[in-house]
Amino acid sequence: MASIDQNKIRNFCIVAHIDHGKSTLADRIIEKTGLLTSREMQSQVLDNMDLERERGITIKAQTVRTIYRAKDGEEYIFNLIDTPGHVDFNYEVSRSLAACDGAILVVDAAQGIEAQTLANVYLALDHNLDVMPVINKIDLPSAEPERVIDEIEDVIGIEAQDAPLISAKTGQNVDEVLEKIVEKIPAPTGDPKAPLQALIFDSVYDPYKGVIIFCRIKEGTVMKGTPIRMMATGAEADVVEVGYFGAGQFIPCEELSAGMVGYITGSIKNVKDTRVGDTITSRSNPCASPLPGYKKVQSMVYCGLYPADGAKYPDLRDALEKLQLNDAALQFEPETSIALGFGFRCGFLGLLHLEIIQERLEREYNLDLVTTAPGVIYRVHKTSGDVIELTNPSNLPDPSEIDFMEEPMVSAEIMVTTEFIGSIMDLCQERRGIYQGMEYMEETRALLKYELPLNEIIYDFFDALKSRSRGYASFDYEFKGYVQSELVKLDILINREEVDALSFIVHGASAYERGRKMCEKLKDEIPRHLFEIPIQAAVGGKIIARETVKAMRKDVLAKCYGGDITRKRKLLEKQKEGKKRMRQVGNVEIPQKAFMSVLKLDDK
Amino acid sequence: MINKKKKELEIYLHIPFCVRKCGYCDFLSFAAGVEVRERYVERLLEEIKQSRELGQRYKVATVFIGGGTPSILEGEWIARILKQIQAVFSLQEDAEITIEANPGTVNREKLGIYRAAGINRISFGLQSTEDKELKRLGRIHTYQEFLESFEMAREAGFQNINVDLMSALPGQTLESWCKTLERITKLSPEHISAYSLILEEGTDFYRKYQGHQEYLPSEEEERLMYECTGEILSRWGYQQYEISNYAREGYRCRHNLGYWERAEYKGYGLGAASLLENIRMTNQTDIKEYLRGNYAKSEEHLTEEAIREEYFFLGLRKTEGVEIGIYQEHYQELLYKLQMQQLLAEKDGRIYLTKRGIDVSNYVFAQFIDG
Repeated sequence: MASIDQNKIRNFCIVAHIDHGKSTLADRIIEKTGLLTSREMQSQVLDNMDLERERGITIKAQTVRTIYRAKDGEEYIFNLIDTPGHVDFNYEVSRSLAACDGAILVVDAAQGIEAQTLANVYLALDHNLDVMPVINKIDLPSAEPERVIDEIEDVIGIEAQDAPLISAKTGQNVDEVLEKIVEKIPAPTGDPKAPLQALIFDSVYDPYKGVIIFCRIKEGTVMKGTPIRMMATGAEADVVEVGYFGAGQFIPCEELSAGMVGYITGSIKNVKDTRVGDTITSRSNPCASPLPGYKKVQSMVYCGLYPADGAKYPDLRDALEKLQLNDAALQFEPETSIALGFGFRCGFLGLLHLEIIQERLEREYNLDLVTTAPGVIYRVHKTSGDVIELTNPSNLPDPSEIDFMEEPMVSAEIMVTTEFIGSIMDLCQERRGIYQGMEYMEETRALLKYELPLNEIIYDFFDALKSRSRGYASFDYEFKGYVQSELVKLDILINREEVDALSFIVHGASAYERGRKMCEKLKDEIPRHLFEIPIQAAVGGKIIARETVKAMRKDVLAKCYGGDITRKRKLLEKQKEGKKRMRQVGNVEIPQKAFMSVLKLDDK
Repeated sequence: MINKKKKELEIYLHIPFCVRKCGYCDFLSFAAGVEVRERYVERLLEEIKQSRELGQRYKVATVFIGGGTPSILEGEWIARILKQIQAVFSLQEDAEITIEANPGTVNREKLGIYRAAGINRISFGLQSTEDKELKRLGRIHTYQEFLESFEMAREAGFQNINVDLMSALPGQTLESWCKTLERITKLSPEHISAYSLILEEGTDFYRKYQGHQEYLPSEEEERLMYECTGEILSRWGYQQYEISNYAREGYRCRHNLGYWERAEYKGYGLGAASLLENIRMTNQTDIKEYLRGNYAKSEEHLTEEAIREEYFFLGLRKTEGVEIGIYQEHYQELLYKLQMQQLLAEKDGRIYLTKRGIDVSNYVFAQFIDG
């Protein structure tokens, strides 16, 4: 292996807006380079998780190495690093890009440039990658490759006239892409004899091998026995195995040297020790400084996760621990709610990340969960001078102890066709957005720039955006910073008892509106009881909205005939079963889904 | 032979046929041609014949021929069925033998055959005395036809007659309901069953009214109707003995009381259920299978827990309630809670539903289901 010539290696990734065909092109490349026959190919090899296939998105970075025999008769090693496709995983994308020397930019021949196209291209350019455009889906009747080529040149400013026009779906012109990779993507550089410097761009946990680190060797060489250290976390290990990525399998090899992409194992127990973006060096011959760009991933969105059945608490903890082995961005700590009992306050990169974890817990670990309304991290400046990072609204100090509060803001870019500009601007306005400017991409499309509070976009902003633009708007954002804001805690009282799990932080100006909608929603969700139940929204002890669930007047069963007790019994059991899915707060039974009802308050 | 006293048994016979299915009905019943009906009766006779062993051990206290509309069968067929019962079982001398009949499906001759066959109780499915309410229900008869049938039954010698009535019907008012009650009390049947309409899933009524409650009396009105039922009937000498059943002294329906008291019973016919030695058996509900002679479908050995639960959710239907007896300890907490909620009351070691408890009886019963 030591004889591999750096000139024969191409490390690249594919970037695209969601649904522009990134994973399909990746599949085609793998198939065409003979790693798998099309019979062996399950559609979209790189998306491993069921969830990824179902949702058509890539959640974790995936990597595969294939061999391509080019027209010049030489064999080239392609390391294709598939990057996550969602704004939640922006940092992972950036680290994956740092492991590459070039990027294929896939643009849909019908839709043209979208918000994530831009975001990803800029990210790639920031990493000094050579970007090679490819126009996909030319088989669509609505394809306009010429227009899209012009758009790429005008908007992004990169050469696109010779971009391959392909259909990843049918395989048309994919060969041209392969040749272009050899021709356009630069070969890696780096000195195999220099001190080891390897970039971690992902890691997975394997029950037998421990953590498997995915890395790109920038300088030096690593092999079995190399004593390594992660420069940011300080974790140390001795390398047990190195290798590269087959399709869905790890193939051990002798060594990895500068320019190569592969994996390292070393009996590392915790994925937290191998953070994405960290630099691996050798303890015996350390490099002078780590690679630039490392940052610790921060959870942006928090919510409480509780087992529907209180007895399943230990199972939930085990499941979270297992998921965390593969997902350093998932954070959790135990918390207790008066309404929901024992559970965990969990931190996520964003709402998609939250949904994915929730779904995996339910599907892979068979857990029934109650999720509280997601929130962001607020900074509470106390009069004492202390600053609290608040992730659970229940922990908000008494208003008398609060000097002021801050909330996180994001810079958002929204790509929209001109006819919807008005309604999208209205939406941003409603969500307390601050207009930053607008650029016309072409006559019919514009890029709107807003600063938005993160807490206004975490639940249903994306849905609202899609519905108000008939699905045409696309959206990307990045974290901007904290600003001072007039925030209040909105409490919900059910039968005059405060339900901690329903409290949330909201801007003072929208408290009334949100409180009212919340009461209306809960009125529909809470079944009638033997007594009347007032549902109230309160800010600082003052009631701002009220609804009432009327008392149950009657609940009778029909006559049964011929002694068919079994049927009657089933009805009663069904009624009793329904109760199990309720949470008792005081003497009121609240259905579990009511705790998530705050998520769906936008009725537009 | 040791003179071992035979245990009491109730017999239920299901006749799943009717002239036309009513919009609210979710019982196992349907219209069928004469040929199917005849084959069915043959199978029913055969099924009864298979119970010889049972006949050795039990003596029959009640027989109930229900449906559907049993009275659409030829009178002679009913006589044959009862003859078969008598061939297999011995009947108590005072056995209560009931047949359900729809007004307009009986005549003097048929009623005479019933009497001769030993039937001593007839239950008319009237539902309402208002023809427009009957029409909305999809009933095949008018009030006038009922009056004629009732008169004929009296003439044939029936001294124990029940009339089924139904409240909370579409378009019904408190006034029209009271009128129905008063008309019937004047006829002086021995027994009155008064049920509230329940929209059962899968029925035409469910599809039609579930999303349109505005066409039905409100819950408030419905409860008022219920209250008036008790008042009016007690004034006329009918004593309530179950949530929906009222009778003159000495005319409570022994057969139905048996279900609520967990007596042993054997059911014959399509979908019929039996309870023997705490084993619940249910017959085939598929008519094609039944006609092939595959009668039984499932069998469930009731657990201690199930027996206890049934004891309460069935027994509490009765106005006099149930004895707490050996279950005192098990339900102590629940009984306390339900009494605090004023849904149950206790007297002389018996618990019974309060007025409010009756309104929400389903809720109360569900509390007795453990696990």
